[in-house]
Order: sequence, then structure tokens, then C-alpha cells
Amino acid sequence: MKRYSALGLLRGGLGGHKAWPRAWRTPEPKPAYDIVIVGGGGHGLATAYYLAKVHKMASVAVLEKGWIGGGNAGRNTTIVRSNYRLPQSQALLEFSLKLWEGLSDELNYNVMFSQRGALFLGHSDSDMTRLAERGDALACNGIDAELLTREQVGRLIPLLDLSTNARFPVFGGLIQRRGGTARHDAVVWGYARAADALGVDIIQNCEVTGLDIEGGRVKGVRTTRGDIAAGRVGLCATGGSSRLAAMAGLRLPIECHNLQAFVSEPVKPMIDTVIMSQSIHCYISQSDKGEIVLGGDPDLYPTYAQRGMPMRIEDVASQAIGLVPALSRLRMLRSWAGTTDMSFDGSPIIGTTPVQDLYLNAGWCYGGFKATPGSGWLYAHTLATGAPHPINAPFSLDRFERGATIDEAGAGPMPHHR
Amino acid sequence: MLLINCPYCGPRSGAEFTFERPIQSVVALDASPTQANQRLFTRDNPRGASWELWRHAYGCRAWLRLNRDTATHEIAETVVFEADA
Repeated sequence: MKRYSALGLLRGGLGGHKAWPRAWRTPEPKPAYDIVIVGGGGHGLATAYYLAKVHKMASVAVLEKGWIGGGNAGRNTTIVRSNYRLPQSQALLEFSLKLWEGLSDELNYNVMFSQRGALFLGHSDSDMTRLAERGDALACNGIDAELLTREQVGRLIPLLDLSTNARFPVFGGLIQRRGGTARHDAVVWGYARAADALGVDIIQNCEVTGLDIEGGRVKGVRTTRGDIAAGRVGLCATGGSSRLAAMAGLRLPIECHNLQAFVSEPVKPMIDTVIMSQSIHCYISQSDKGEIVLGGDPDLYPTYAQRGMPMRIEDVASQAIGLVPALSRLRMLRSWAGTTDMSFDGSPIIGTTPVQDLYLNAGWCYGGFKATPGSGWLYAHTLATGAPHPINAPFSLDRFERGATIDEAGAGPMPHHR
Repeated sequence: MLLINCPYCGPRSGAEFTFERPIQSVVALDASPTQANQRLFTRDNPRGASWELWRHAYGCRAWLRLNRDTATHEIAETVVFEADA
């Protein structure tokens, strides 16, 4: 792998940027691999990278039905944070956040991780009580959390409507200063390039159409580019998890819903932190290019359409303008939607399945992007050793029947009732 | 946006309706714990036609059974939900 550097960039520029090698190969699938990962999104590519890097696995393939990063890795709002409420979730996301902090160096690829702070707004006394409880829970586990007064929030985001007759009055907030955003495409490309350099075969336009299962054990996958034998198979394809699992006769605790996001035309810096409100479910941040990135509620009914309903655009726009009135002057550029794997406790599933040598990484709801490095690292550990790491052990597939759910929102078995 | 044909009110905007759950995850009152667990916590999650329980929550409040395609959003049938169906 040709290492990227400032000097190399200068040299490339002087040569008219004509001599850059391809960032990863386009190999033909081999007849067999030790480990086959189904799904070439951020999580799948990260898994492959850590299998090669940490576990020295030489025979790993990532199969992607379209192009890498064309699914939810390219459809999120790029927010990274670890300020969750429950200890299991905190351990998982904090592990991931620590990997984010060194990721650009690790991959020799600038993932543009920007720790600009992730702020939850409180809109009432009870919101503030809830945020204080969450802050205390985080502090107990050594994760940074700071409760802010209304005035402190105002100093951080001067454009917020802090007036007493605001549509969404602001009482204060809870900030994780180590949280922020990252460049979603760079994460995918960085992992792909680094994994490829370690010998991982990234095979695009290769859809899995069946699983070869004999005597309760998976032997390989059938694909649109031929059969591939595999020692272990790791499913890692949000939006396709239920259909892939059905090929192994499994029914998952997952319902697929739509999550939309929107960006405005680019403007000069106006919001330099991530604003989130869980009471009204609105997410506002500004990309490095200057676009205002907005997100909100999912569409709240099952769908695979990757196309959102207009009502949600109106909801999110009205919420964002209620919080930051200056946004009303912006024109929206694009809206898009991704298919989310909604699990029934709001937490992911990373671990073994009842089929031997078949593993599952799914159910990230609408919060998978922030977990990309941690999910990949832990899934690689699970695939390499055959058993979950203590951090992902609670996120097992059988936790629902055991009554051991990790119900972050306390909403019960209704993925659309947050 | 969905246009849902309520048997009582006629065609109405999807904004008036709430999705409740797939019909297959409605739990019978005499279900065993295993059956209840399966119905609550696992899904076929089909890509295509699916029978679903919806409610005209901001209209006549009727419970409805929809045959809706999860890939195209086409609604083939809308009928009043009866508990034994």
C-alpha cells in the first residue's frame, strides 16, 4: 500500500494527480475463504480489517451486492458519540469512540473525525432531570458528560432560539465534548483500502442468494458470481439481515424501517457542534463542506423502499427551524432514506446464531454509524475466536427469549414506539 | 405519502393513520409463553406483501387490516380488523 502523506500529496499535485494507484484491488472471488463477510458497508469492511490486522487472518472476503458504502454507510447523519444510558451500551459505544480517536492514523486515511461536541437539548424540567441522570450514569463509567445551563448552551450555539416564547424552549443541555462527526465515505474507503492492503478480497456486485448448510453448520455461500466455500460466515448486511437469516431458516427480532436525512445548500460556519433533541427527535449539524445536515424520526412503518415520506421532511424542517430560526432561510439540496434494522429493544445484535459457524451483526436501529470501528473490532473477535468478546456478549441474539433485553429507551417490543 | 382507504371514511392521508404491528405479531390471549415470545420478538420482516394492523388514530379510530407491499408501498386491501381474523 502506498502510504498517504502531506509530502506525497504535494508530489501528486505537482504531477497533476495522475500517478495515484487504485486504493483497493478488484479481485475475482476465490473458491474458498476461511471467513466470508456478507455486506461491504462500514461494519463489514471494519470487521475484515480487524480480522486481518488483529487476528492475522489471511483468507478473508467481503461480499457486497452493490458497491461498497452504497447502503447505510452513505445514508446516515455522520454523528459519533458514546453518551448512552445503559452500561452495556456505554461500554460498546465508548470502546468504539476510543477507536475513532485514533482511526485516521490507524488507517493512514483522513476520516475527518471532528470532536466538535454532541449536545442533547433539554426542553423542560423533566428533560433536565433525565439528562442529569444520564450524565451521572456516564460519569460513573468514566465517560465525559457535562450538564450545561441555558446560558452555557446559548454561548455554545448563539443561533438557538433561547427566547421565552420559543417553539421549543431550551432549559439546558448535556454535552459530550468528545463526540462529533466523521466523514462517512472516508470511513468506508479507509477501511477498504487498509483491509485490501492486508490481503482481504473485497468483491463488489456479488449478491448472496443462498447459504450452504449441512447438519446445522454453514459450509459456504451461493452468490451471483458462483459458490464460495467458507469456514465461517459473518452476516453484516443491514436491511438484508432478515432475508439472509431466512436462508438459514432463522427468524430475527428485526423489523426494517426507513430513516430519512436531509442536507441544505452549503453556507459559512454557523453551527459548530452537533445539536440533538431527544424530546422532539431532531438532529442538526454542519458538514465540513458547509451543508446543514438534518435528521429526525424514522417513518414509523415497515419498509424496504429507501424512499421517505414527505410528511417527515415537513416535521424535521419545522423542528429545526423552531430550534434555530435562521435555518428558515436555507434551501434544501437533497433528501434520502436508508433501510434500518430495527431491533426490539433498540440495541444491536452481534454474536453467534443457532447455525454453527454462522454469525450475525445486525439490528443497529438508526445508530450504527457511530459504532463502525467498535462493531468491526468486536465482530472480528467473535468471528476469529468463535465466541463473543465480553463487551458484545450482552448483545446476543437470544437475549429476547431470556428476558435480558437492553432497552435503552424503555419502549418495549415495539421498534417504532421510541 | 400513503393514501389509505378507510372502510368508514374513504380515502384519507397516511398522516391520519398509525402503524401498529404486523398481523403475525398480534398475540392471542391464550398464547403460551413460547408463542407469545415468538410473536412479540421475531418477524418474517418480508420484502413484499405483508398483512399489517393499522389504526385510523387521527380519524374514526378504527382498527384496520392492511395488505401492504413493503417495497412498493402499494396497498392492495384495507379491511376492518376483527379480533379473530
